[in-house]
Amino acid sequence: MNTTHYPAAGVSQQIETHTLSVLVDNEPGVLARVIGLFSGRGYNIDSLTVSETEHEKHLSRITIVTRGTPMVIEQIKNQLDRLVPVHRVIDMTVAGPHIERELAMVKVRGKGEHRMEALRLADAFRARVIDASTESFVFEITGASEKIESFVALMIPLGLVEVSRTGIVAIGRGPEGM
Amino acid sequence: MDKEMTGAEMVIEALADQGVEHVFGYPGGAVLPIYDALFQQQKVQHILVRHEQGAVHAAEGYARSTGKVGCVLVTSGPGATNAVTGLTDALMDSTPLVCLTGQVPTHLIGNDAFQECDTVGITRPCTKHNYLVKTIGDLPRVLHEAFHIAKSGRPGPVVVDIPKDIQFAKGIYSRPREFQHKGYRPKIKGDLDRIKAAIEIMRHAKRPLFYTGGGVVNSGPEASHFLRELVKLTGFPITSTLMGLGAYAASDPQWLGMLGMHGTYEANMSMHDCDVMICIGARFDDRITGRLDAFSPGSKKIHVDIDPSSINKNVKADLPIIGDCAHVLEDMVRLWRSTAAQADKAALEAWWKQIDKWRARRSLAYKNSNEVIKPQYAISRLYELTKDRDAYITTEVGQHQMWAAQFYRFEQPNRWMTSGGLGTMGYGLPAAVGVQLAHPNSLVIDIAGEASVLMTMQEMSTAVQYELPIKIFIINNQYMGMVRQWQELLHGGRYAHSYTEALPDFVKLAEAYHAVGIRCERPGDVDGAIREMLAVNRPVIFDCVVDPNENCFPMIPSGRAHNEMLLGDATLSVEEAITEEGKVMV
Repeated sequence: MNTTHYPAAGVSQQIETHTLSVLVDNEPGVLARVIGLFSGRGYNIDSLTVSETEHEKHLSRITIVTRGTPMVIEQIKNQLDRLVPVHRVIDMTVAGPHIERELAMVKVRGKGEHRMEALRLADAFRARVIDASTESFVFEITGASEKIESFVALMIPLGLVEVSRTGIVAIGRGPEGM
Repeated sequence: MDKEMTGAEMVIEALADQGVEHVFGYPGGAVLPIYDALFQQQKVQHILVRHEQGAVHAAEGYARSTGKVGCVLVTSGPGATNAVTGLTDALMDSTPLVCLTGQVPTHLIGNDAFQECDTVGITRPCTKHNYLVKTIGDLPRVLHEAFHIAKSGRPGPVVVDIPKDIQFAKGIYSRPREFQHKGYRPKIKGDLDRIKAAIEIMRHAKRPLFYTGGGVVNSGPEASHFLRELVKLTGFPITSTLMGLGAYAASDPQWLGMLGMHGTYEANMSMHDCDVMICIGARFDDRITGRLDAFSPGSKKIHVDIDPSSINKNVKADLPIIGDCAHVLEDMVRLWRSTAAQADKAALEAWWKQIDKWRARRSLAYKNSNEVIKPQYAISRLYELTKDRDAYITTEVGQHQMWAAQFYRFEQPNRWMTSGGLGTMGYGLPAAVGVQLAHPNSLVIDIAGEASVLMTMQEMSTAVQYELPIKIFIINNQYMGMVRQWQELLHGGRYAHSYTEALPDFVKLAEAYHAVGIRCERPGDVDGAIREMLAVNRPVIFDCVVDPNENCFPMIPSGRAHNEMLLGDATLSVEEAITEEGKVMV
């Protein structure tokens, strides 16, 4: 006989990655509610960004990139929607064409040929120099996550010191709002 | 009408405006201003419990038996943390509560002040919503919003944490108008096209089954009314979860009994074999489904629930309908009538024949004894001797709870208060206090286990103080019976720490609380002792000493399917069940 008190784990399904836009009241604790929901129910967060977007209405927009089976993704959306300060949850991945962007600041330290190579690559990636010293640069780069990852990977042999990334923000294409 | 008053006075004013008559609580430093305001008024009566967990369970009993919002008032720090079990219990069972907690003054928050804890942080995952009120101007709105959120949509507990300086501060209180929350708008009416589609599926069903849950009870008496009407109109069989008992009359021939881990054979077999399942206000909990991949494999599932997150959580619904049970059931009854829908009579007849065969096995049968009281016998007798009275039943958690669900038959909703989702031992006694307070002239019985009841025994003192004549009917087998049963079946009979040595003498314990104690040890004395208990108009602890080794059957072992139930020794075999001799055996 089964010796556990609980049913066995379900059959495993395909794991998908989804980007969710969540419109919430900008009030104390709202981010804790969202994060607590993810940790409490064992969901994954790959990336999370949050900022107030409509000051007059006290609304913030949270962008979450998460992974799970289709059933789990549906649960995540329903559970988010159930939180009292949550106004809307949009699954950008299924809502239609959308754009995802990330911003990163990349610090590189080096001299001579390494320094020149870093500058050349930054130019190719359309990264801007936003701070410089005689032995370092800070680049600002914006784009899809893969682009940032390739840029950062190229900087490693050229003296990468550290990276600070915003995480993904997303918006739908076309004239309609969320 | 706007009036200037202190935050503490606003609390009382808001409770009165919300129609709160009783608040269960325990004073402490951070709520003293509110207690001071309570002292100077007559509108709201405060019930002093002996532990904050008891306050929350009492409020749950109050809420579940009346359909109103239960109200709790506790202090900061330990007051709030002691309430956490009750809040979680209320969240799991969708019970509407508002719990007011005191907090240290705003300037001390975050300083590790005396009796400070992060109440909103701790209670965030165990409430439907919670608030920390930081300015007096927010207090009236938050208080009324808390009640709105607690009772609307899928009900649940709401915590309002009020720092002491806010309780002293003066502000303007205004009476609530009908307000709309800016984001929170639960969907009440079900989508009519989907309801039509559901009727269409039901019309063509060959082996249909209603599977209902606590949502029907929570939705109010109209939901039970329409459910009964729909079940009668269709002629379909109906089963329910533990939380849904009473929504449909147990005496009705279409009632199959409770389903799930300790449900009846006929209910579980019908779940497994049905071709259309109409789930109303239930959530496919693991105690119901058993092995998920073998759960009702051939059925089309219609799922009605007010909470979208209950849909497709464990089991894929073929036709989800989001809405309040009462509204959806009303629409279903109306549509069934107006389209003159007819169930497939021939198929239904064959289905009922099959169900009757399952029923004939008498899965709840047990071997009675003349020597020792069988727990099933004790509860059956309690039912027989109280069924014609205005009775409310609460329970603790464990074997006695399952036996109560099996052998006490409920005809009406809101008569059965039990901790289903969280399974909180110690729920029943304080819940009975709350129920009795709401129904002072009714008979309120806590069917208890001796282990569970000791967890909140201190609330006997509350019952005695407020002259609440609750009856604590202890099925005393000296074991944590359900733990013992699992150890016997799954852990080689190694009864690790499930036997309680040095139990108190419950009769003397009752007397020590200035209540009445009755002990019953022989089957022949059960009726007399129960009558004696019922004749007393004071709190009673009834120590019913039962067979310590009895197991609760039927049982779906975890990880098994509905058609793989373990049945008790007294259950008839398939061959016996079809003979007349078999039918007269008990």
